Amino acid sequence: MIPETPSRAGLNPASEAELGALIAERFAARQPLRLAGGGTRVETGHLPGDTLSTAAISGVVTYEPGEMTLIARAGTPLDQIEAMLAAEGQALAFEPADMRGVLGCNGTPTIGGVVAANASGPRRLLAGACRDHLLGLRFVDGQGRVLKNGGRVMKNVTGLDLGKLFCGAHGTLGVLTEVALKTLPHLPDRCTLGLHGVTVEEAVAIFSAALATPFEVSGAAFRDGTAWLRVEGLGPQMDYRRDRLLALLAPRETELLDAEATLALWRGLRDLAHFAGLDAPLWRVLVKPTDAPATVRALQALGGEASLDWGGGLVWYCGPGSAQAVRQVAPHATLVRRGGLTGPAFPPEAPAVARLSAGLRQRFDPAGILNPGLMDQ
Amino acid sequence: MSGIAMPQPDAGIIARAPQIVAALREVLPADAVIWDPEETRAYECDALTAYRCPPLAVVLPRTTEEVAAAMRICHEMRVPVVPRGAGTSLAGGALPTADSVIIATLRLREVLEIDTANRFIRVQTGVTNLSVSAELEPQGFFYAPDPSSQLACTIAGNIAMNSGGAHCLKYGVTTNNLMGATVVLPTGEVVELGGPEMGPTGLDLMGLLCGSEGQLGIVTEATLRILPRPEGARPVLIGFDGAEVAGECVARIIRSGVLPVAIEYMDDVCLRAVEAFAHAGYPDCAAVLIVEVEGSPAEIDHQIARIREIAGALNPVEFRESRNADEAMAIWKGRKSAFGAMGRLGDYICLDGTVPVGQLPYTLKMIGELSRQHGLEVANVFHAGDGNMHPLILFNANKPGDLERAEAFGNDILRLCVDVGGCLTGEHGVGIEKRDLMGKQYDDPDLEIQMAVKDVFDPRWLLNPAKVFPLDASRPWREEAATR
Ligand SMILES: Cc1cc2nc3c(=O)[nH]c(=O)nc-3n(C[C@H](O)[C@H](O)[C@H](O)COP(=O)(O)OP(=O)(O)OC[C@H]3O[C@@H](n4cnc5c(N)ncnc54)[C@H](O)[C@@H]3O)c2cc1C
Ligand SMILES: Cc1cc2nc3c(=O)[nH]c(=O)nc-3n(C[C@H](O)[C@H](O)[C@H](O)COP(=O)(O)OP(=O)(O)OC[C@H]3O[C@@H](n4cnc5c(N)ncnc54)[C@H](O)[C@@H]3O)c2cc1C
Repeated sequence: MIPETPSRAGLNPASEAELGALIAERFAARQPLRLAGGGTRVETGHLPGDTLSTAAISGVVTYEPGEMTLIARAGTPLDQIEAMLAAEGQALAFEPADMRGVLGCNGTPTIGGVVAANASGPRRLLAGACRDHLLGLRFVDGQGRVLKNGGRVMKNVTGLDLGKLFCGAHGTLGVLTEVALKTLPHLPDRCTLGLHGVTVEEAVAIFSAALATPFEVSGAAFRDGTAWLRVEGLGPQMDYRRDRLLALLAPRETELLDAEATLALWRGLRDLAHFAGLDAPLWRVLVKPTDAPATVRALQALGGEASLDWGGGLVWYCGPGSAQAVRQVAPHATLVRRGGLTGPAFPPEAPAVARLSAGLRQRFDPAGILNPGLMDQ
Repeated sequence: MSGIAMPQPDAGIIARAPQIVAALREVLPADAVIWDPEETRAYECDALTAYRCPPLAVVLPRTTEEVAAAMRICHEMRVPVVPRGAGTSLAGGALPTADSVIIATLRLREVLEIDTANRFIRVQTGVTNLSVSAELEPQGFFYAPDPSSQLACTIAGNIAMNSGGAHCLKYGVTTNNLMGATVVLPTGEVVELGGPEMGPTGLDLMGLLCGSEGQLGIVTEATLRILPRPEGARPVLIGFDGAEVAGECVARIIRSGVLPVAIEYMDDVCLRAVEAFAHAGYPDCAAVLIVEVEGSPAEIDHQIARIREIAGALNPVEFRESRNADEAMAIWKGRKSAFGAMGRLGDYICLDGTVPVGQLPYTLKMIGELSRQHGLEVANVFHAGDGNMHPLILFNANKPGDLERAEAFGNDILRLCVDVGGCLTGEHGVGIEKRDLMGKQYDDPDLEIQMAVKDVFDPRWLLNPAKVFPLDASRPWREEAATR
């Protein structure tokens, strides 16, 4: 058992070296730490230990638009990065969400927190997740050692790819100090097709049809009886893709949103504006897209609301229902906003997989001091 | 003989060969265990042919269960295992030792499921890369990673090496297109990682497995992401009178917002060899870029117009646009025959390192200087969009000492790649070839943590034990593992 540390001091090391020394001390004393970037992913409050924030380990190290690479320290605010990329017509293609509205908090999201959570928005469908854009990282392990993996180039198969492990490890393997990410051109032209009055079954059928075309649909989400398809491109490319999709969907009536309305709509879908300001638990459920309708119906039977992203591959469920009831119909369900529920946030793993994961955590963090219990089953 | 060492084979294991083979034969079909030295010789090397050693035995299972049964026996009897797909590795990844058993997944060749509504295909990993796309063709889909060896190499090898090809600038490499895997651990236990959902929710073990060069487990089945086929694709050829300006053109195209599917580069040595061999009609100049874009005819025209504008500002010696399939083929013809063309000039070793795109001109200049220092000629042909270089060093295999000189030259180039901010290998992997250079890119603790990860999956260090990690660094781990 980890001893409950009475003090809840906030630790803010300003450099990688300082962080390394601090963790080495905590390792020697077997004292747990709760990690945070901007702390906009709330609800680590139940974990033991002092809060350690990497917010002060901040700043962009290099940004080379012609190489599509960005290296930033973990605490760099996401806003700052996005503004810098936008000035060069680029973006983080995986479109990380701003969860402050849904989670009811007001910190400053950091790039380290984004990578640790593998935060990936609607464009994940086309462009891949955060983990697909991570080129390299530096981190401090649970003993205070400063380590690195990967690099800053697009193609690299030199040794084991630890970056994949860190994306989505939520700080349970080490504390990120620096990340290298691939950037992509931000396509200047965009529009959205909206199909109103459709069922969830129809929505997924529309998504599967649209995503089987070569028109590079970059968003396919559903909520409140409307299926939305986003199309992006370079000038005539966007027009062509839009027209072909309209033809594919005919004779259904389709609403067309312009570039500005598209930005606003997808920002809302990405940040789950429709589930913001509520108290109910919020679940993030991964399914095979064609299983989404049945999952949605079963979740709605528990009494709440569901919306879809990733062409049906991601179901967001906001509503009542015990963890057991939700996982019964949706085994790959993660609790993102607790809304009063207790118990593990992450879904159970098969025993052999859980054993490997535990073995890895033990090697990276032998004293079990980094976010202990956060990802426990 | 050349400079890469392998550990001494364990005489005790070799002496137990009859018992080991008998135990394997007990759990596997008669034709699945090969022991005859005449037949095992076929497995003595992969595409890094300078190194050869027949294995103790070869196992050719047909199912995950048979792989698991073989693994269980090797684990119990403490026999090293070398996984093998088609053996096209250029880094010696599938090279056996005299005391090891090869477990090849070549006969696991079934396509298990094609699901276009959910956009995945599930296969046994012995299928070849190209046959996956062939299966998907009737439905209008394809599998994106396209290593040049795709006719022969298997999905198993692609996953183990995280392979990529010319089109990965747009579509990514294997890890970006792999959704799930069935893996046999060294103990013989079978685990399922990932699946058709866009996961994962726990630690991304599948991401770790991809590119692990057979260090963690044997992959027997895979769920692969599939994509709708583009409507069309067309290349342009751009010739420049300097490497610097060609490199600048690459950076400007990338910055412009046009994202080609491929940007290939060939230098003058390569161009001359290709001309003499394939008569592709390439211009006689310092560097040629081949840039391919995709889409409908109108979309392609639009993108090519942008590229013409960008290149035009840099005074190319030639800008050749393909207007039809034949002209497109003519543009690709020389590039596709480059390796064959170089082979006619003599023996060569093909290197594989990556540099930041902005460092391409400097790196090319330095490679030229190293070429003079080592007295060996070098040609450059590579994926410029992502800085993945393939210098081909020419040497004479029959001349004593030439291979060693070529290897020393190659090592200098790879060190240079790291010095300018790049890495030792972009797609071929570390294997035995770059094993002892790992310390150039990673400090000792960086390697220690990677070996600790292997240790979790393979506590007895039986899987590909003398690969990827420098022998000196891995020795304590291997010795400790032998006591478990
Ligand atoms: C379960 C869950 C799932 C989510 N899924 C998505 C999603 O699919 N898409 C999306 O866009 N957003 C998602 N989010 C939101 C996403 O986590 C936040 O937008 C982002 O992490 C905010 O950054 P932050 O700096 O405020 O992070 P924080 O809230 O401070 O931290 C996020 C996580 O990362 C850890 N962490 C923070 N900094 C470091 C560091 N330097 N090194 C190591 N670990 C660190 C924390 O301990 C915590 O576990 C999800 C959130 C949760 C709780
Ligand atoms: C002419 C030529 C061109 C090439 N072009 C490219 C290219 O463009 N891009 C590129 O990335 N590579 C290229 N390669 C290298 C090679 O083809 C790839 O690395 C390929 O993925 C290897 O596949 P394979 O089936 O031949 O594997 P093998 O060579 O048999 O094995 C490769 C590695 O994978 C391991 N392995 C094999 N099967 C399994 C399994 N079932 N489970 C776990 N580990 C396993 C082996 O131990 C070994 O370490 C080229 C090679 C040649 C000869």
